[in-house]
Amino acid sequence: MKSTGLHIGEVAPGVKKVDPIIVADHVSKSFGGLTAVDVEHLEVPRGVITALIGPNGAGKTTFFNLLTGFDTPDSGTWEFEGQSLAGIPAHKVAQRGQVRTFQLTKALSLLTVLENMKLGAKDQQGENLFASIFPFLWKPKEAEIEARALELLERFKLLKLKDDFAASLSGGQRKLLEMARALMSEPTLVMLDEPMAGVNPALTESLLEHILDLKKEGMTVLFVEHDMHMVRHIADWVVVMAEGKIIAEGAPDQVMSNVAVVDAYLGSHQDTDLGVVTGRIELPEGEA
Amino acid sequence: MDWNSIYINTAQALFNPVTIAFALAALGLAIHFGFVGLLNFGIAGFMAVGGYGYAISALSFGFPWWASMLTAIAASILFALVLGLPTLQLRGDYLAIVTIASAEIVRLLLVSQAFNSVTGSADGLTGFADDFRSVNPFPEGDYGFGPWSYTENQFWILIVGLIILILSLFVVWRLVNSPWGRVIKGIREDEDAVRALGKNVFGYKLQALMVGGVIAGLGGVIYVLPSSANPMTFITSLTFFVWTALLLGGAATVFGPLLGALIFWVLQAFLGSLLPALAEVGALGAFSSSQAGALRFVIIGILLILIVVFRPQGLVGDKRELTFVR
Amino acid sequence: MDFVATERKPVFRRLVMMAMTFALALSGVALAAPAHADTVGDEYDLQVFGNVKNEGTPLEGVEIIIEGNGYQASVLTDENGQWGIGVPERGTYQITLVEATLPEGVAVLEGGPVQSFDWGFTNNVAYNFFIGEGERTPISTIDQFLMRVFDGLNFGLLLGLAAIGLSLIFGTTALPNFAQGEMVTFGALAALLFVLLGVPLWLAFPAAVALSGGFGWAIDAGVFGQLRRRGVGIVQMMIVSIGLSLSIRYIYQFFVGGGTTQLPGGTGSAEVPLFRTVALSVNDLISMAVSLVVIIAVGWWLLNTKMGKATRAVSDNSSLAAASGIDVERVIRTVWALSGALSGLAGILWAYFRPGLKWDMGEKILLFIFAAGVLGGLGTAFGALVGAIIVGIFIETSALFIPSDLKYVGALVIMIVILLFRPQGILGKKERIG
Repeated sequence: MKSTGLHIGEVAPGVKKVDPIIVADHVSKSFGGLTAVDVEHLEVPRGVITALIGPNGAGKTTFFNLLTGFDTPDSGTWEFEGQSLAGIPAHKVAQRGQVRTFQLTKALSLLTVLENMKLGAKDQQGENLFASIFPFLWKPKEAEIEARALELLERFKLLKLKDDFAASLSGGQRKLLEMARALMSEPTLVMLDEPMAGVNPALTESLLEHILDLKKEGMTVLFVEHDMHMVRHIADWVVVMAEGKIIAEGAPDQVMSNVAVVDAYLGSHQDTDLGVVTGRIELPEGEA
Repeated sequence: MDWNSIYINTAQALFNPVTIAFALAALGLAIHFGFVGLLNFGIAGFMAVGGYGYAISALSFGFPWWASMLTAIAASILFALVLGLPTLQLRGDYLAIVTIASAEIVRLLLVSQAFNSVTGSADGLTGFADDFRSVNPFPEGDYGFGPWSYTENQFWILIVGLIILILSLFVVWRLVNSPWGRVIKGIREDEDAVRALGKNVFGYKLQALMVGGVIAGLGGVIYVLPSSANPMTFITSLTFFVWTALLLGGAATVFGPLLGALIFWVLQAFLGSLLPALAEVGALGAFSSSQAGALRFVIIGILLILIVVFRPQGLVGDKRELTFVR
Repeated sequence: MDFVATERKPVFRRLVMMAMTFALALSGVALAAPAHADTVGDEYDLQVFGNVKNEGTPLEGVEIIIEGNGYQASVLTDENGQWGIGVPERGTYQITLVEATLPEGVAVLEGGPVQSFDWGFTNNVAYNFFIGEGERTPISTIDQFLMRVFDGLNFGLLLGLAAIGLSLIFGTTALPNFAQGEMVTFGALAALLFVLLGVPLWLAFPAAVALSGGFGWAIDAGVFGQLRRRGVGIVQMMIVSIGLSLSIRYIYQFFVGGGTTQLPGGTGSAEVPLFRTVALSVNDLISMAVSLVVIIAVGWWLLNTKMGKATRAVSDNSSLAAASGIDVERVIRTVWALSGALSGLAGILWAYFRPGLKWDMGEKILLFIFAAGVLGGLGTAFGALVGAIIVGIFIETSALFIPSDLKYVGALVIMIVILLFRPQGILGKKERIG
């Protein structure tokens, strides 16, 4: 079921949302002379699935890294649930309930699937250096965690593999494991970086279902994706980036028909610089 | 050729303070490298800090043995902090260079004439074990059997060393099988993934550096207790020997370091007695016995290469759990 | 170390000297070491000792420094004015009495505070300075500093040769090669071998450098090339380089033993006065000239030849280079050979700088080769040169301000600090590390 009525006022890049979970202002980052990200204003609506799309090199993953504390922007402010995240290290961002996955799956290869899962849980006494030596201090919590891990593994159809090293899983299974692991921390916002990349078509369907389930359970999802089909299928809101800027946003169907977006993707004006589309380069009258 | 003395020398390496000290150092390094993946090439520095921490506190401040022990532990923790706080963000191979340089800095400071009154500079320190010996519960006499024979003081050091080793093994075994151990193994695999799960990766690395550092520091104490603390002991080669012992046994294991240290020293003692003996009877052609002595380090170097290439998990490591992830 | 010269006063109000001896007691008489002397290097059989007294009053806390054959030690006199230093081997040593540690108005009266002596045939040598009331006229600080800068430049340039070698290998293969020190030693040993075979010097040294290049080539062909084909990880290869370093080093010891050998003309090279009181030995001048010429040649090679350009391309991005049709393996093999030759040359020059050739001479400077490489940015050849010169000059000049036996600490600390704040080095490209 698609959610609607998320924005306030005219739909345009940087439009205000009824109930934003993330608000970013003037976030920019450049590598060398190249501007990777330059986001004027963005609000991500709460409780729905938002897709972040754009051509290769649009700065999607860099923007992800900036929001999650994995990289520091040159300038800008951004908030999560009303609290500023500027200067907050990545692990604290995660502790606040904003958990991410990676484009190149980071399953911890030489830990078993179950250990991978347990690692995701928050507030473990046994992770304290001194408490860890005394099992009676952390065994009860460990049992709780294990129960939840098994439950999630069941749901993600990985239960049979729980004692295997994560290294032995297929690409798609690793994506599932990474998502399930992220859920162990009971996040409020799940950020998925290309959840479908490298997943075989048979698993795609089930991954989509899992993402929709997250929304049902009240979580907010922000994901980066290339596959338009999938975006149209599950996203409630779509944000389009090109050359580090947000060039369009809106409901999926509207965005897909947006001329600027189609241009950015398909290059219908193949002889036109992408900079013209994003407004970076202003051409004299009548040339574009 | 005197097979009996070769046998005795070799057997003695099994129960020897130096072997125990090596096992401790390798165990500390196992935490650093095997479980967290830190390329620490400064393990000799940790041993020096531990050993000198004990010796200086006993000689300069007149500390009793237990306070000197605590000083050695505190000094190791301090060294881990000084080393770790700025450097743990560095890429692996850069960390290797920094740690190797740090250990060398420690040694150069110990050799320096500038601190002679405290460190004894190139001569090192002796006579710091008096208080330790004064609490020796064993009456004067000879202890041991067969090839193992000790004076009461040697025996006392051996017993204390074994107690420290067993305690350390127990603690490490508990640590790596706990949620804490799960986190540090996760860091070894991919620290960004662990960070994304809300764990303070830097904090864990620092904790691990301290835990391993304390164990290696205690190894340093056991190393110097039998006779003297000499800066020439803590050269870069010592670090490489500890690495050899660790990789031999298995880097990501709890008992591998102990096994590795035992094999390393038994092999050292065996080759150290056998090769000169062979040279003496002319079995090595025209080689002199000092040349034969050099041969044994050639063999150790080759051994290190062979293990790393052909059996990176070590003797007791899990074949699937290779330690060289990247 | 203070270089202080003594201006002898025309009138020795009282010619005072130490109690025991009157001259350089390099006699064949073996004297027992004094009972309470403060000594360093007890573990060595060879002991030099002496007694510092002014008008019969023992002077405590006077610093004596011995340097030579790659060995350095210093000691302070005890309450009886006695001192002793053990040295690892026979040979020519420079012995310094640090006049700054003498009481006010007391100076070395004959021969100056820096003297040199040859070891005789005995194990114990008594060595004493004539001291008494006198005035010290220090060499001007500027001159001291300039001398040090030249020394540092010389050391830095030879270090630079090896550091460029290290950096080229790191750039093309990402391997921090811990066996680089043994490649340095190899050059000196090869030179010695040719000299012993009776090859004339003008041929022996180039031949040694060529052989060193072959050595580098062989290490890659025999070890690292094989490991790359097996897909062995970089950390494993790094540990392999450590094992290799250990084995090769002891193979050297196996053949040449633990002592120091001089190459022809290694000691007693004539001093060439440059300006004021600054003078350099002929060896130093030749060494610097050779280093400079070779480094310029390598720079030209990297910038202008097809192979040099390919090397830089592989350093920049090896998969891209491979995709552009560059034979990466061949480039790497060439780099190893070049690195071997450069390190070998550095080894010969290092044998003259120390002076003396020893089985572990390369290992002794390995960390400084790394420091130079890191300082300039590992993987950048020109950076390595700049880094090496900075390290060399820093080591030599810092001894003016800090105790001389801590001068190497400074260089290592600088390396660590650079790694922390600018891991890409001074000239390296900025990239995300971590």
